[in-house]
Amino acid sequence: MKKELRLMKGNEAFAEAAIRVGVDGYFGYPITPQSEVMEYLTAEKPHERTGMVVLQAESEVAAINMLYGGASCGKKVMTSSSSPGVSLMQEGISYMAGAELPCVLLNVVRGGPGLGTIQPAQSDYFQSTKGGGHGDYRLIVIAPSSVQEMYDFVELGFKLAFKYRTPIMVQSDGAIGQMMEKVEIDEQQKRFSEAEIIKNYPWATTGKTPDRERNIITSLDLDPARHEKHNIELQKKYRKIEEKEIQYEKVQCDDAEYLFVAYGTSARLCLKSIQLCREKGIKVGLLRPITLWPFPKDIIYDMADQVKGILSVEMSAGQMVEDILLSVKGKVPVEHFGRMGGIIPSPIEIADMLEEKFIKG
Amino acid sequence: MADTITKADIIKPENLVYKKTDLLTDKVLSYCPGCGHGTAHRIIMETLDEMSLQSETIGIAPVGCSVLAYEFMNIDMQQAAHGRAPALATAVKRLMPEKTVFTYQGDGDLAAIGTAETIHACNRGENFTIFFINNGIYGMTGGQMAPTTLEGMKSSTSPYGRDLEMMGHPLKITELIAQLPGTYYVTRQAVHTPAAVRKAKKAVRKAIEMQKLNKGLTFVEIVSNCNSGWKMTPVQSNHWMVENMFPFYPMGDIKLEGELVKK
Repeated sequence: MKKELRLMKGNEAFAEAAIRVGVDGYFGYPITPQSEVMEYLTAEKPHERTGMVVLQAESEVAAINMLYGGASCGKKVMTSSSSPGVSLMQEGISYMAGAELPCVLLNVVRGGPGLGTIQPAQSDYFQSTKGGGHGDYRLIVIAPSSVQEMYDFVELGFKLAFKYRTPIMVQSDGAIGQMMEKVEIDEQQKRFSEAEIIKNYPWATTGKTPDRERNIITSLDLDPARHEKHNIELQKKYRKIEEKEIQYEKVQCDDAEYLFVAYGTSARLCLKSIQLCREKGIKVGLLRPITLWPFPKDIIYDMADQVKGILSVEMSAGQMVEDILLSVKGKVPVEHFGRMGGIIPSPIEIADMLEEKFIKG
Repeated sequence: MADTITKADIIKPENLVYKKTDLLTDKVLSYCPGCGHGTAHRIIMETLDEMSLQSETIGIAPVGCSVLAYEFMNIDMQQAAHGRAPALATAVKRLMPEKTVFTYQGDGDLAAIGTAETIHACNRGENFTIFFINNGIYGMTGGQMAPTTLEGMKSSTSPYGRDLEMMGHPLKITELIAQLPGTYYVTRQAVHTPAAVRKAKKAVRKAIEMQKLNKGLTFVEIVSNCNSGWKMTPVQSNHWMVENMFPFYPMGDIKLEGELVKK
């Protein structure tokens, strides 16, 4: 039951949600445009509210490894960062995927490559959905497009992280992180006691008691046959996630002759572009992937039977468009439109681009 | 005629003089015969056993020769990325302050790739214990130069000896971290003789006891041989260690109860 309404920044909503869902530990390192997460958490004194630990690490490398240590103990742990910082975390993310450790990560994406810019971008799609670190692994990637979803996806993230014992990436961007909107706040949930952790997560390293074998958390296995088996099990898990966890939103798709596919800030812009197009008599809908991985490929495949063209809108050089192309399997033309380097396109630009690519041409 | 001692006599409980601690598994150690790691494992596990801490201890070993430590230490363990063990331990101890937490790290791990994690965990005064095995070489990967490799010492990546101008100086990281206000007990030990082993074991116990005081990080360096990496017999390597390693890495306490020991 939603209890309380507040006006908050996306980053603050994410931080408040962390306290409310009973997170045990947050470990982070400052980077624009997401520093409000740790600033909010330290100001809120969550150690007094719930006993939550908040620690500023010496680097993103250390922060992600603190998550590895905490998650190994069955604790709910999280971090947040922005693109260059998330690049530094890739080693630890790969280890956590390999060791099957749950955690929630937030990337408030900014423009790259390199130090890039502090303005919003969506150019980390490849990194999040295709690997990022080494080895055959996947992250569940969920993309909020409102401040409310920045709040809600913390709980959703932990639900999925512990269900599948895997790291979750909440893929936001500088606009969603910095903008203020009203947020419905849930009631405070309790953190798990040690007894509850031992009961719920029998794999956790809580200290070897006489009633069980020792628990070992590792991503290492020097025996190739056993290690291949571990990889096969990981892939089975990923197939199950693809089968069960795809989430998306359809907007004005019923009569659509053209389709925008966009997430996060781009999806919000497309809502206005739909209106502009429809005023001109062009029937456009929006398919918003909520899970970027697993990607909603079946619904996009189905929509390709209905529409004459699909425009992927992403603040990048065109990353998600590759997954759309794979989903559509050549049934209809697929084009990409995006701005880069921290530029947010205008709804008019997007609407004009749809016309230019599919109608005027 | 003197009584003959039979096997049956030897294994009588009243004749028991030594028993492997239950906190070491029966798995055959992966360490080279003659290496100090086995003894270091033993004294740490014996100490935890004597203090009845098995059920509340979490050990963390990262990459290096001790990467498989979890196969030998009969406690809950986490295997960390190269150099990152102090970051893991920081979170474990902060999230479960009542537990006993230690890392077990080699010199390449602790003093090269993990320098930042080591220094900052020490400087924050995290209440866990670091066991640091310093043999001046990367053993696991085949004997490459380490941050602690001595001047002139040969390794597979300093085949003509460490040249200070070209390769920089060996790092006395233990002296360095002892300067930090977050460390409470810092000592350097060895395990090459029975007397040294007894002393080192006392240091291990002290470190674990002091961890319980929550006054900061406790740090035990164990200078060890690497007979394989140094390309010597075990006996030769121990002599070489005493003659060459000990003058540069002198034995004894460096910091006691938060105060530097005056030499």
